[in-house]
Amino acid sequence: MIPLNWYLILAAALFLLGMLGFFIKRNIISLLLSVEIMLNAVNLTFVAFSSRNGQISGQIFVFFVLVVAAAEAAVGLALVIAMFRNRETLNVDRSNLLKW
Amino acid sequence: MSEFFNSNREIILLFVKMIVIFGGVMTALAYTTLAERKIMAFVQMRPGPNRVGPFGLLQPLADGAKFLLKEQTVPGNANVFLYYLAPIVSMIPALLSFSVIPFGPDLKIADTNVSLLFIFAITSLGVYGIVLGGWASNSKYPLMGAMRASAQMLSYELSLTLSVVGVLLISNTLSLNSIVLSQQGTWLGFIPRWNIFPQFIGFFVYVLSGIAETNRLPFDLAESEQELVAGWHTEYSGMKFAMFFLAEYANMVTVSALATIMFLGGWNGPMFGPWWLQMGLPTVWFVLKISGFLFLYMLIRATIPRIRYDQLMRFGWKVLLPIAVANVVLTSFIVAIS
Amino acid sequence: MIQILFMFFAAVALGAAINVLTQKHVLYSSLSLIVLLTAVSALFVLMQAEFLAVINVIVYAGAIMVLFVFVIMLLNLPADEESNDRLRWLKFAGIPMGLFLLFMVARTVWRVEGSATTPEIAGTAQAIGASLFTDYILPFELTSLLILIALMGAVVFAKKDL
Repeated sequence: MIPLNWYLILAAALFLLGMLGFFIKRNIISLLLSVEIMLNAVNLTFVAFSSRNGQISGQIFVFFVLVVAAAEAAVGLALVIAMFRNRETLNVDRSNLLKW
Repeated sequence: MSEFFNSNREIILLFVKMIVIFGGVMTALAYTTLAERKIMAFVQMRPGPNRVGPFGLLQPLADGAKFLLKEQTVPGNANVFLYYLAPIVSMIPALLSFSVIPFGPDLKIADTNVSLLFIFAITSLGVYGIVLGGWASNSKYPLMGAMRASAQMLSYELSLTLSVVGVLLISNTLSLNSIVLSQQGTWLGFIPRWNIFPQFIGFFVYVLSGIAETNRLPFDLAESEQELVAGWHTEYSGMKFAMFFLAEYANMVTVSALATIMFLGGWNGPMFGPWWLQMGLPTVWFVLKISGFLFLYMLIRATIPRIRYDQLMRFGWKVLLPIAVANVVLTSFIVAIS
Repeated sequence: MIQILFMFFAAVALGAAINVLTQKHVLYSSLSLIVLLTAVSALFVLMQAEFLAVINVIVYAGAIMVLFVFVIMLLNLPADEESNDRLRWLKFAGIPMGLFLLFMVARTVWRVEGSATTPEIAGTAQAIGASLFTDYILPFELTSLLILIALMGAVVFAKKDL
């Protein structure tokens, strides 16, 4: 039997890696990938707690997180395509036209 | 020595089953290639391969030797890591699906209670082999073929998954073994209790989606010989091409196996004879039904012309998907009121 | 035995996540993310949530990541160029900060105690379906509306001329 703490620490490590990627990377698609890592870590936490407390609601919530991640990935990638068409680069540092 | 066998009996039995199933499947794949060439040849009024061995029966061995001994080349500007990875990524899901298919009452490697979804998950991972193969070759025909193939496979996965929901509603389980067991018995004494009779719409949608999923004629614009030299596996030769080739036939056999399990009763069939015959008879019925489906595949390949790509996508999204959804609604209505 | 499996899949997940961050070309990052998704699905299976594991692979690794890989191949992106030279050392300052944050989180989480006897939960399709369509029917319908809105939004954004 695997203690609950191990799953939580693994999920925390994955979440922190995703957060680190979100702060460090400059490519928009890499930012989206880091957000997906964070969402996966959250899914892992939900399922770990659901299997520990014996309730199915944790897994239901993972369903909804999955749906929201799909919708967000679709719209995010459409925005990436529009941005690439206008600016020919995906570096977020170059998208600073509003900077004063 | 015998204590070792007695204490680990289940694991040793599992290994024996794995070897039997894997060996049988690989031999069947090799001879499926020969069967395809012979059947297409007979439809086109020519003999087909008949030089290597009697009736060309040793042709797969000759093909295997040719694939093994060919020179391994890599195109000039290709992405070497992805170029070597693509056939592996194509082959692993194709062979992994056979781990949950029941070939007989006891001849199955694993029986989970989400087996059907497991097979769909594994086949949806097979798209990556095609996409990576087209991208890694760094050439325009493979890239176009790979884009078309992956868009087509994604679109037809929807109608494929929806067409089996009717079967799920009837048999109330996702486990393939239980679906086969729920089709035992007969109605009125002679009509077998197969799911094709209540679910003929689902069967029709499943067969068409299965042909489109495996990129076979008439849905194989992604690897058409007349337009895109060979699609995503243009730049591949030797053993890597053999892996793509085998993966395609393994996908065909998986789709046929799923069709027989869900719609034609799996390994059910009339039982007769002594006990040793009855042990192998379910597997014989299963293999006969799968062979019927493979024959249908090859007959369709030999006779029907190719559909244009936009017609293909329109057919998948605007015709098959609404029919599959209507089937689900109709079946759930009928199951709810009875 | 189950500990060995957990260690293996946890190591694969962490290695894949680190690989997502350190690869220069974004295609390799998305392929590593697919490996991460299959490792997380294997961990779901270890926790008896097998329906969610296969749904994770079908939806996430089989559809969303194909979308990512499609867009990367369509845009034909090169490997990342070197960014602003003044702030490059900040990237490497992130690693000890991240480790410190992980240590603080782990110190809090370590004291979480699950129940002494683990209640048997069945992560089967029947259990999830029974709960999803009775207790959570309203969020379920709302997510279908959300997907419809996302569909329309994606089509509008990606059009060449509105």
